Amino acid sequence: MSVNESFRPTIVAFCCNWCSYAGADLSGTNRLNYPANVKIIRIPCSCRLNPMFILRAFQRGADGVILCGCHPGDCHYTTGNYYARRRMTLLFSMLDYLGVERERTRVEWVSAAEGAKFAATMNEFVETVTKLGKNRRLEDLRCSK
Amino acid sequence: MLQVKAIELLESGAVDRVLGWKKGDFFYDLTPAVFESADEVRREFAYGPFAGANLSKYLIAESRRGGKVGVFLKPCDTYSLVQLLKEHRVLRENVYVVGVQCEGMCDIEKIRDAGCAGVTAVEEDGDRLKVATLYGERTVDRRDVLLEKCAACKSRKLVIYDELIGEQGDVIDSNRFDKVAALEAMTPEQRYEFWRGELSRCIRCNACRNVCPACSCEKCVFDNPDSGVRNKAAADSFEENMFHIIRAFHVASRCTDCGECSRVCPQHIPLHLLNRKFIKDINELYGEYQAGADFDSRPPLMDFTQGDCEPSIVYQRGGAKA
Repeated sequence: MSVNESFRPTIVAFCCNWCSYAGADLSGTNRLNYPANVKIIRIPCSCRLNPMFILRAFQRGADGVILCGCHPGDCHYTTGNYYARRRMTLLFSMLDYLGVERERTRVEWVSAAEGAKFAATMNEFVETVTKLGKNRRLEDLRCSK
Repeated sequence: MLQVKAIELLESGAVDRVLGWKKGDFFYDLTPAVFESADEVRREFAYGPFAGANLSKYLIAESRRGGKVGVFLKPCDTYSLVQLLKEHRVLRENVYVVGVQCEGMCDIEKIRDAGCAGVTAVEEDGDRLKVATLYGERTVDRRDVLLEKCAACKSRKLVIYDELIGEQGDVIDSNRFDKVAALEAMTPEQRYEFWRGELSRCIRCNACRNVCPACSCEKCVFDNPDSGVRNKAAADSFEENMFHIIRAFHVASRCTDCGECSRVCPQHIPLHLLNRKFIKDINELYGEYQAGADFDSRPPLMDFTQGDCEPSIVYQRGGAKA
């Protein structure tokens, strides 16, 4: 797959309200740079992420989807991210099984104090997805402009 | 023998209804049916090498109708019933389970593929099947014409029954994950092509959902007009993928691998390969688990340990790179 220089991927980042959303906020107040094509969606807990959300993000034009939550053991609701971890492992494995590039999906644990990690993760993820190019395998042609 | 048992249960008053099979439009499509009287059983009850249907899902409604219902369950069907009982979907006290040992059910398509055109009747004869056709009688080996789910039979053990016809069997060390492993070893491009070829045939008839004992929510996302995913025919390749990913994910860790989804698919999509992928992953990542095998265990997706692997394990595991 050739890399299109002008291609700017759309990334959807689902961030848990208690850790990663605050982490994203911190990276902003610290004036750290991360690409503007990362669209953050706040969710109450990483385990709120329904697999349908991920598929729908791809349907409507996302090229990569990343879930950020509290570190295991630090969940605001005690155990939510443990469940999310199992679910996402199986879902990503299934997407890979169906031939969707496995690098398009990711889970990272980002605490409220890790603004630098948030920015670094996003920079790296955007770079990975840019190399992969546009999402073709899970897009819905009716949704493209 | 099953017919005699059904008559006995109804005439003795032990049960008020019997859930069994009756002949459909053709001799090879045995259809699940409820019998209310011994006369009905005498008239219509049928059992044989085409009684592949899993009756356990019907118990969700039947066990709530009042009165007692008798049901015939094959070994793989008993796993589904245990899973439903664990989820409090079936009222155990209203169900009388007659366990039936099973030699594997047959697939009429495979009998036709074995060179039998114009099949008019099929009769069991030990390990062989006597196939009467318009062009004379043939015999085929039963093992060659089994349904996919029976060819890869995982267990002949009945995990729940009140009464047993035939003998109790054992769990079988089957090779049911071979095809999944073969797919995993392909490159993503090859896998994508394979699944496009299979899933693009989907007509969204929802038969796989309707027949699945695990897929028995009273409200389904695919029926909800507000979900944005309720529609009859898939209009885009995305919808085909989405429907099958979500369907398989909803039953992941509760799927007993009864194989009904593949059996009923009018388009012959190998849906069991999706379910078995989840089962294989769960076995590899979270320890061996067989849904419906016992009453005590928690389904792996409703459980966790602090030392679970991270989702990034998907990048590191086998399978060819792009």
